[in-house]
Amino acid sequence: MTVTSARDGRESAVLERIEAFRRRRPRLTDEVVTLAHGAGGKASAALVDALFLDAFANEPLSELADGATIQVGTSRLAFSTDSFVVAPRTFPGGSIGHLAVHGTVNDLAMLGARPAWLSSAFVLEEGFPMAELRDIVADMASAAAAAEVAIVTGDTKVVNRGAADGMYVTTAGVGVIPDGRVLGPELVRPGDVVLVSGTIADHGMAVMLARGDLALEADIRSDTAPLGGLVADLLAAAPGTRWLRDPTRGGVGTVCNELAHSTELAVVLDERALPVAPAVTGACDLLGIDPLYVANEGKVVAVVPPDQADAALAAMRAHPFGRDAAVIGEIRSEPERIVVLLTSFGGTRIVDMLVGDPLPRIC
Amino acid sequence: MKFVDEYRDPAAARVLVARIRELAGEDSFKFMEVCGGHTHTIYRHGIEHVLPQNVELVHGPGCPVCVIPMGRVDDAIAVAETPGVIFTSFGDMMRVPGGHGNLLEAKARGADVRFVYSPLDALRIAVEHPDREVVFFAVGFETTAPSTAVTLLRARDADVRNFSVFCNHVTIVPPLKAILESPDLRLDGFLGPGHVSTVVGNHPYRFVPAQYGKPLVTAGFEPLDILQAIVMLLTQIREGRCQVENQYTRIVRDEGNPRALKMLAEVFELRPHFEWRGLGFISQSALKLRPELAPWDAELRFAVPGVRVADPKACQCGEVLKGVIKPWECKVFGTACTPETPIGTCMVSSEGACAAYYNFGRLHREAAVTLGRASA
Repeated sequence: MTVTSARDGRESAVLERIEAFRRRRPRLTDEVVTLAHGAGGKASAALVDALFLDAFANEPLSELADGATIQVGTSRLAFSTDSFVVAPRTFPGGSIGHLAVHGTVNDLAMLGARPAWLSSAFVLEEGFPMAELRDIVADMASAAAAAEVAIVTGDTKVVNRGAADGMYVTTAGVGVIPDGRVLGPELVRPGDVVLVSGTIADHGMAVMLARGDLALEADIRSDTAPLGGLVADLLAAAPGTRWLRDPTRGGVGTVCNELAHSTELAVVLDERALPVAPAVTGACDLLGIDPLYVANEGKVVAVVPPDQADAALAAMRAHPFGRDAAVIGEIRSEPERIVVLLTSFGGTRIVDMLVGDPLPRIC
Repeated sequence: MKFVDEYRDPAAARVLVARIRELAGEDSFKFMEVCGGHTHTIYRHGIEHVLPQNVELVHGPGCPVCVIPMGRVDDAIAVAETPGVIFTSFGDMMRVPGGHGNLLEAKARGADVRFVYSPLDALRIAVEHPDREVVFFAVGFETTAPSTAVTLLRARDADVRNFSVFCNHVTIVPPLKAILESPDLRLDGFLGPGHVSTVVGNHPYRFVPAQYGKPLVTAGFEPLDILQAIVMLLTQIREGRCQVENQYTRIVRDEGNPRALKMLAEVFELRPHFEWRGLGFISQSALKLRPELAPWDAELRFAVPGVRVADPKACQCGEVLKGVIKPWECKVFGTACTPETPIGTCMVSSEGACAAYYNFGRLHREAAVTLGRASA
């Protein structure tokens, strides 16, 4: 017995040393940019922290939210931007045009804002088919109409053949935050409830399969959707909502880690409660990919006080984009800064920040 | 996915855990799971936190990525950086460090490195790019070797001359022997590798009970497979038996897959010796292409430096692979060596013992127990 507890003591000491090490500011030691810097994991965090934050240092940026909150006179505005470089440009459930609108609109919605205006800037490769561009622009127009936003300004650049992969589009957006609305990780308390607005990992798996190099066919559609309406319904039903995030690149696992780090609390997820479509579970299992790290484009993760959880869940489920909403976990005081998954099998494991792109395992 | 749920049922798990507790009684047991796939399952489902403390799992050498020595990675990078080459690899080899960086860094520097899911994808790339040399970085045990063999036979039959294989296939029995020979070994039995055994069958393991007196149960990769295999090992020990048993009967046959074995024999021959990360040189432990397939052998077609790089001194991958120490007992674990900056290969693949422990298991046992209780 004493042997075991001595072992536990040593193991604990090692774990504490590691935690202390992990709390240090990420360092940017790479000599060149690698794909990992864009994958939303630790390398991305190091890049943002060590390069952009340092150089651009200011108050709204330091929040590191999906967008900035800016005071203009008596009103508060939400401001966000996003670039879209998806390949393939169309996939089951949507296109880069839909993503370009939904991505920015959803970032604004996560700040509690009503999205209002967008800009769009195109980088086009010489030789890009006009018909495809026309389709993408039509998708943007219909997505903007559905999200009730106007694309009010834009820019176009054409580069030499080979200098871009077809086309890239960047959108920026501005929304108005209603008076008295406050959201943020500082409001989150132990005991709060974590919800997600529907099945996870649909978008990332749809795009991965649409690339066609996996020789795998499954009926998986991207969930790309504008979340302004769903968030408005949620905030009306659960006015005490603490925190919202759209789990895009890096998935639910990554946003929960961001939550755990910024609150210094534990996020405890229940694997049995995670809504995952059967086809997505199957594809993820085959490829050795964890759905918790796969991108979503039409989902929100919300933290609400326990007494408003039922109302929040009902409001989400009443909305067409939230039919499969579920309570997926809760906030606890310990273990600090860690996301823990209670596995459906009855075990526990850590859900850590991803390192680089998820790479499929070999066997 | 009803199929999967059947093998992840918590109620069935509780029954098996109770049985393990009962069979183990007051005694302590250490079992090694041989395969990286097992390690992944154990951490992904939190199995260590479900088992009684006196039944311990030790992570074995069966992570194909983890056993590749640094010099071979340098060789791979040298081939990848040869002008005109498209270098193809399984995803999790991309971050394995050599003496001079990894394949992802070579890619960022301009090498055309692509990850594929199957060597057949690499062959397809070769057919689509007749003007380029396409090389496949073949790694893995007898599990992945047959797909490399099929691909090579197809390349030969279709006479695809711009395709070659950088062969690093290894075999499972020699490292098992090396571990059993290790003087500091304290193991009570083995969970045998499920995927490898679909190819080689269960007969090759008979030396484990016969010569070394340790029971071995070939196990599947779902959580209930692991628990059931532990029950079978403990039952053998309690009944005074010591033999090779098969828990994974839904997939593994005792004689393996004769067609795949025949194909392996047609394509590969044993290397006299091969270096294993952390385990050193083990004779007759790896495969190379037979001379008839020389035109498709990347080692003959490219200038491969073939320089041996000593494992970093601080790295204790060898002890981890042999099950002598737990990942967290390594001096550099979690500080100098992390999944972002791996020193040893055990930290690279999610099947590696260190990465699995770092990513999934880095949780105080008490915390895990408290959480589990609160949720029940």
